[in-house]
Amino acid sequence: MRYLPHSEADRAHMLATIGVADAEALFAAVPPSALQLHALDLPRHSPELSVEAHMRRLAQANHAAGDGPFFLGAGAYRHHVPASVDHLIQRSEWLTAYTPYQPEISQGTLQMLFEFQTQVAHLTGMEVANASMYDGSTATAEAVLMAKRITRRNRVLLSGGLHPQYRDVVRSYLGEDEDLICLSPSPEGQGDILDRLDDRTAAIVIQTPDFFGHLRDLRRAADAAHAIGALLIVVVTEIVSLGLLEAPGALGADIVVAEGQSLGNALNFGGPYVGLLATRKSFVRQMPGRLCGETVDASGRRGFVLTLSTREQHIRREKATSNICTNSGLCALAFSIHLSLLGEAGLVRLARLNHERANTLADGLARLEGVRLLNGTFFNEMTIALPVPAAEVVEALAMRGIIAGLPVSRLLPGDPSVDNLLVLAATELTTDQDISALIEGLREALA
Amino acid sequence: MTTRFTKDHEYIRMEGEIGVVGISTYAQEQLGDIVFVELPSVGQTFAKGDEAAVVESVKAASEIYAPVSGTVTEVNEALAGEPGLVNTAPGAEGWMFKIRPSDPSELEGLMDEAAYGALIG
Amino acid sequence: MSMNKEGRPTAAGAVTAIRTAALLPDEPLLFEIGDREHSGVDLPEVEIGEDRLGGFGRRTSLDLAGLTEPEAMRHYVRLSRLNMSIDAGMYPLGSCTMKHNPRLNERMARLPGFADVHPLQPVSTVQGALAVMQQLSDWLMTLTNTAAVALSPKAGAHGELLGMMAIKAAQEARGEGHRRVVLVPESAHGTNPATAAFLGYSVRSIDARADGTVDVEAVKAALGPDVAGIMLTNPNTCGLFEPQVIEIADAVHAAGGFFYCDGANFNAIMGVVRPGDLGIDAMHINLHKTFSTPHGGGGPGAGPVVLSEALAPFAPLPFLRRNGDGLELVEHVEGEALGRITAFHGQMGMYVRALTYMLSHGGDGLAQAAKDAVLNANYIKARLEGTFSAPFGGQPCMHEVLFDDSFLEGTGVTTLDFAKALIDEGFHPMTMYFPLVVHGAMLIEPTESESLQTLDRFCDVMLELASAARAGDAERFTAAPHAAPRRRLDETRAARQPVLKWEEAEGRAEAAE
Repeated sequence: MRYLPHSEADRAHMLATIGVADAEALFAAVPPSALQLHALDLPRHSPELSVEAHMRRLAQANHAAGDGPFFLGAGAYRHHVPASVDHLIQRSEWLTAYTPYQPEISQGTLQMLFEFQTQVAHLTGMEVANASMYDGSTATAEAVLMAKRITRRNRVLLSGGLHPQYRDVVRSYLGEDEDLICLSPSPEGQGDILDRLDDRTAAIVIQTPDFFGHLRDLRRAADAAHAIGALLIVVVTEIVSLGLLEAPGALGADIVVAEGQSLGNALNFGGPYVGLLATRKSFVRQMPGRLCGETVDASGRRGFVLTLSTREQHIRREKATSNICTNSGLCALAFSIHLSLLGEAGLVRLARLNHERANTLADGLARLEGVRLLNGTFFNEMTIALPVPAAEVVEALAMRGIIAGLPVSRLLPGDPSVDNLLVLAATELTTDQDISALIEGLREALA
Repeated sequence: MTTRFTKDHEYIRMEGEIGVVGISTYAQEQLGDIVFVELPSVGQTFAKGDEAAVVESVKAASEIYAPVSGTVTEVNEALAGEPGLVNTAPGAEGWMFKIRPSDPSELEGLMDEAAYGALIG
Repeated sequence: MSMNKEGRPTAAGAVTAIRTAALLPDEPLLFEIGDREHSGVDLPEVEIGEDRLGGFGRRTSLDLAGLTEPEAMRHYVRLSRLNMSIDAGMYPLGSCTMKHNPRLNERMARLPGFADVHPLQPVSTVQGALAVMQQLSDWLMTLTNTAAVALSPKAGAHGELLGMMAIKAAQEARGEGHRRVVLVPESAHGTNPATAAFLGYSVRSIDARADGTVDVEAVKAALGPDVAGIMLTNPNTCGLFEPQVIEIADAVHAAGGFFYCDGANFNAIMGVVRPGDLGIDAMHINLHKTFSTPHGGGGPGAGPVVLSEALAPFAPLPFLRRNGDGLELVEHVEGEALGRITAFHGQMGMYVRALTYMLSHGGDGLAQAAKDAVLNANYIKARLEGTFSAPFGGQPCMHEVLFDDSFLEGTGVTTLDFAKALIDEGFHPMTMYFPLVVHGAMLIEPTESESLQTLDRFCDVMLELASAARAGDAERFTAAPHAAPRRRLDETRAARQPVLKWEEAEGRAEAAE
């Protein structure tokens, strides 16, 4: 077996050194009834070429996003990742390093995390950011718990524009909780969460661009929340939008959480992704997750360490701010490298390009008979109402190699009012030809 | 002025009707460099033995328990900027909060300096 | 705050002739070498007729530093060289399972058919991805003899959360929501009590026996009508297989509780012991430990949870179901007890890597890997035992061996000092001060990936260090590491005055306005 270095002679030598007759003797503490004497019903080991063939067959059974016109977003976005990003993250020293608990031999990871935290803070307009969460959805749930700790209040309002699966994750994390108010989905951008604010409210959670693509007025939400002592949690699922949209922090957000997948990370069928969490400096001790800080070493040289660890489970155990341990280090690295390569100028250009592509898509869709565009505002994603159930149309177009977007009914089944709604995104990878193919496909499907 | 100690290494020093609470010299030595102190709010009331504050070193967090029942009248804001005061002057500038005991007789159940000295050896 | 637009300044004192080692130069921060104009990505500047931003466009600066591609390559390659990695040397980190990460796994995860697939594509277009999830599930259920597996948790602690949520849901469904206590042995990982508390349980600690294992009588004494279950790591964090695990499971079940097993140490027993045969109800499996997906400097991980028959109905969404010849992804059910704990379907990239690893090893290779991992730990134990103090010696260990610091008594050298001295010898330190049940713990886990030569060199170094410590050469330890990119870092300073992001140095900000 190519991954196991020992020869039989090595094993015999080691057993002799230990002073036992065979490896089974080392398992003496296992109750005999539980010891697996026979091989399990599993295939035997395989050479690399066979394993590769097997996995390639499975991969080929999928339609890859790049195989044809593609318009899916809804929390995961297909962007172009520079070749150098993937090269760099596969270097041994990044890929196969452990969590940087030994700072003397982990300065690469630590400095990168410090840079990542700075990038996230700048991007969101917040004072501090942590070293990453699992993804945007779990970061949202953690932000809600954090807001409850800070305000010592219990009521939480989730906007109708929040990604339905993010809503479900918050529900799971909070358990049965009558103080968790989930507003009805708001495909037209309607529904005013601010009417529901009261002095028991810990936080309101607003996604922008929201699940249906609408841009939300954060300033108004922040003012209303703060007037009553509640916090504003802003959720961003398309981080590229911040190249063009005002930073949530500049508009009064108290906690910003985001899905960082769009930068540096592939679609990966849903994971691994990278959650971002940023907040005000005064809330830092209520933050979940790892934090990297600057300090000096014994010779006075600048260096970095994981810090404020007393918030975390390995020290605080049952009093920790969260049980999170492993996070998304390598995905954070990919995010950080991609953002360094873009820089401010590049991110703004990328965001403008996305918006321009979405404008072109919106204009094309608006010209289709029977199709209504629901958005007055959007960044790179929008919702249209079709005259027929969207799921059928998406299935029909998939047969023609076009991934047309997300039928809202997939995430909100049982709600007839959304059956005809389709959410579509465009990115810098969307070509004019893709848009033409989609429009043509929709025209035929609706005929 | 009387100073009393708990078995958890808090002290309470009565100044008139108000008790000044902190941790003993021995306790701060055991904890090492204090990097943060989480203080209660003024006006908070505690029963004897309630968790009232938390002191943190780099690798540990320890609860500080109310040595007697009562209401917090003042907290040591200076610790926010300079938590190291707990190390350098635990009995003086490194105090944590002041409490107005609701049942002064509880003080009788605490150790005096000699008894505490015997406890820590 | 704004960035310096004057080209390429470096931080004050970042690089001097003295500090620049041949292959390990000090690397300035990104923000000290990059600026707002430079970019390593060529993108067209496009005309936008009428924007649809509704007046929410950005007015404040992003303040992001950019690098061209050659600069970025240098920056991240130089930074990388300041890291230890498993590819460069042994990580004897107990409870972390730092094994070799085969590169075939990486190649497979990057196939466009896996990497370039969106989680919400029509199910008819992702049958291969669902097949990966199904095959991985089959392997995990076979290896553990369990009834179901929930794949979606993003890491071990996330899996613990899911497993304990399932236990809570199962008990509420039985009308036993009043069970509010979880038993946790004191040797447990910190995530166990943190998870229990997260769900509102109170934690009842169980003391270890003198031999480092849990006494079934102590468990029985702690059980009662208020107990929801036990969280037990097996093999435990002292590196020992719990000999009474079946009796413990029976006792917990008889008292109406569930048995959550922390599977962090599954590497010791995969293919050799099926946890389902021990009576577990839920167990997370860290794919980034046992099944070799890379640690990546702290993640991403993956923590699928296998579930017993009793808990299977309480598995969270989403799950897979066979549907004719194909696979169906169930994302909603009426009145489900437990919703989802993450958007989408979990860590697909990790599933691909783990399945690739399993297929490479086969059932026979996995069992051999577990046996080699145990053999290696016992070999280290045998070679070091005469010098190092093993508090629970006198019995074979599993995949990791625990020493305490009594061999350092009177030397002025602590466990931390000793571990830092290992860095100077080219090894990553072992796990220190964990588990909490022994004084100055040193927990050593070699994994199956280390050759006999490496193990011998590691043991030689350990023995040499022990005699140096005893010979009074304390300076070698207390000031260690001497040869690493940094000496010991001032963690007190970092925590007292946290500096958590780059701030423009004073004085330079004005120049940049």
